[in-house]
Amino acid sequence: MDRTTITIAGAEIEVFDSGGPAAADPILYLHAGRGFRPDRRYVGLLAERHRLVAPSHPGFGGSSLPDWLDAVDDVAYLTLELVERLGLDRVGLVGSSLGGWIAAEIAAKTPAWLNKLVLVAPVGVKLGPPDRLDIPDIFAMPQEELHRLLHHDPEAMREEPSQMSDADLRIMIRNWETLALLCWEPYMHNPKLPHRLHRVRVPTLLLRGAGDGLVSADYVAGYARLFPAARVETIASAGHLPQLEQPEAFAAKVLSFLEG
Amino acid sequence: MKAWHFSENAYPYLPPAEEYESIRVTLPNRIYDPEKGAALYDRFIEEWLIAEEEGVEIMLNEHHQTATCVDPAAPLMLAALARLTRRARLLILGNPIANRRQPVRVAEEMALVDVLSRGRLEAGFVRGVPYEISAANSNPVRSHEREWEALDLIIKAWTHHDGPFSHEGRFFHHRMINIWPRPYQQPHPPIWISTTSPSGAARVGARGFVQATFLTGFEGTRAVFDAYRRGWREAGRGADVPIHRLAYAALVYAAPSEAEAHAGAEKLLWYITSNKVPPHFANPPGYVPVEAGLRMARGGVHPLSAFRNKATVEGAIGAGILFAGTPDQVYRQLKKVYDHVGGFGHLLIMGQAGFLEHEDTVRGIRHFAREVYPRLKEEFPDTAVSGAA
Repeated sequence: MDRTTITIAGAEIEVFDSGGPAAADPILYLHAGRGFRPDRRYVGLLAERHRLVAPSHPGFGGSSLPDWLDAVDDVAYLTLELVERLGLDRVGLVGSSLGGWIAAEIAAKTPAWLNKLVLVAPVGVKLGPPDRLDIPDIFAMPQEELHRLLHHDPEAMREEPSQMSDADLRIMIRNWETLALLCWEPYMHNPKLPHRLHRVRVPTLLLRGAGDGLVSADYVAGYARLFPAARVETIASAGHLPQLEQPEAFAAKVLSFLEG
Repeated sequence: MKAWHFSENAYPYLPPAEEYESIRVTLPNRIYDPEKGAALYDRFIEEWLIAEEEGVEIMLNEHHQTATCVDPAAPLMLAALARLTRRARLLILGNPIANRRQPVRVAEEMALVDVLSRGRLEAGFVRGVPYEISAANSNPVRSHEREWEALDLIIKAWTHHDGPFSHEGRFFHHRMINIWPRPYQQPHPPIWISTTSPSGAARVGARGFVQATFLTGFEGTRAVFDAYRRGWREAGRGADVPIHRLAYAALVYAAPSEAEAHAGAEKLLWYITSNKVPPHFANPPGYVPVEAGLRMARGGVHPLSAFRNKATVEGAIGAGILFAGTPDQVYRQLKKVYDHVGGFGHLLIMGQAGFLEHEDTVRGIRHFAREVYPRLKEEFPDTAVSGAA
């Protein structure tokens, strides 16, 4: 396993690459707003069977944030280039939350290397009426309330900032800042994206934790209908980040879809 | 020294603070009674007019979605004051230009007021306090960069007189810029910037604008003014920083007796004690640098917030954010701060707050103007140099 840095369009992108089984199709994992941590259990479960490549988006983790970059679609273009630099093919693209939005933007550009698409509690589209947010305003609520909306079992998922190192806290603060930069307005969506997803021709799976307080079941169902060939599955006893709360069930569903 | 009467136009008729989460952003406006609000506007305008009558200049500001300042469109109030006053300088501090989508519109509003007042405008600009991010739906990230691009565009709109020009910048795009009217003052009204951070102040100094800082006390103010003077000198503006480039805003209440003054000052503390705002509005993502965010995450508290919970008149005087007492006491308290920070040429007087009633406010203005101000003008002349060793 290795972390390298690849510079694209002025952005230094930190890339985690598990290496590993060359025979299986690679997985490109796009992280959520909280960033990517290779020590999570789901990472090992996916990397046992596939080469897992996971960039930190610009402004997240150890990746730089160039001045010109301020939109999710910018991240999509950098990621397209990243895949080509790495020479990945027949890629299973898996994105969580913000990463799901990025993955959807990428898929709409129909890259030849894309084999299958998995969106885990993705944001990125606006489906409801103008006077109601589709995704609760995470920037206008106490952190404790956000924590409860994020997790099926908030107590089990608790991480005390006071226990974190300065380096990890800096990353957490910077991730939060970049998330705001990318998702502030329009809030958590690209108005054009629903009109582009008709071009996604690869098999698509949308996953949602049954206890997700941010992305509703209706939202995921409506999102899935924007794709020509998408289905929805639910993971029990999990919230917005099922890969963290139910890593085995998460890995099983993702691998079964990608390998099926 | 020039003194300015600053009223934030607060709406103080609120339920007990325990009953609401935040005085800003989310407090339902059903609490606001337009009848009481209209009477307050009458009253605050009258106080500004009394300040002018006493030879004190006028300052106003704007905030949004808050009971602490019910003047969300300060250029409108400024236009009213331009017609009601005749002599006073009119300082707006300021236009929150990181949150205004159209800088050229701001340039137009300021030019209009400058002409309307026959050149009495002092045009202040601010980034906008963190709680305004929600009210403006403005991205909290890169707001400094937006502020400075907007300011340069406004200055160009004021000073370009040969027909339309275009601006295609990082944050703002505007073709065919050609404002009517242009400013009355040439080349443009004096520019003020308020910042409470040393890094921002160095930049303001380099540009030579007037630097204002609010309630930053002894050490905070010195850090800001030092940075300003450093920025000024490093930009090649000369070794001497004119005193009238620096402004300090404090709570001020002067009265014939110390007891009377402290009673007034007690009410002024409303400014500080009433500012109940939860962290998600007080510290939006990206508003402060990562390192400052780290200090907060480690339990660091802004000095003013720490003060809020144990605000006393004596404590505020000791911190250098309140000058209150007899004229002589006010003078000595001010001089202590003045000497510590290297001097400043403008005193921005926060002379009305919360439940300080009209009569008490007026008494404070008049007593300051008659018994303190002459001495300040004499002892701290406008020709002085700031930061002289």
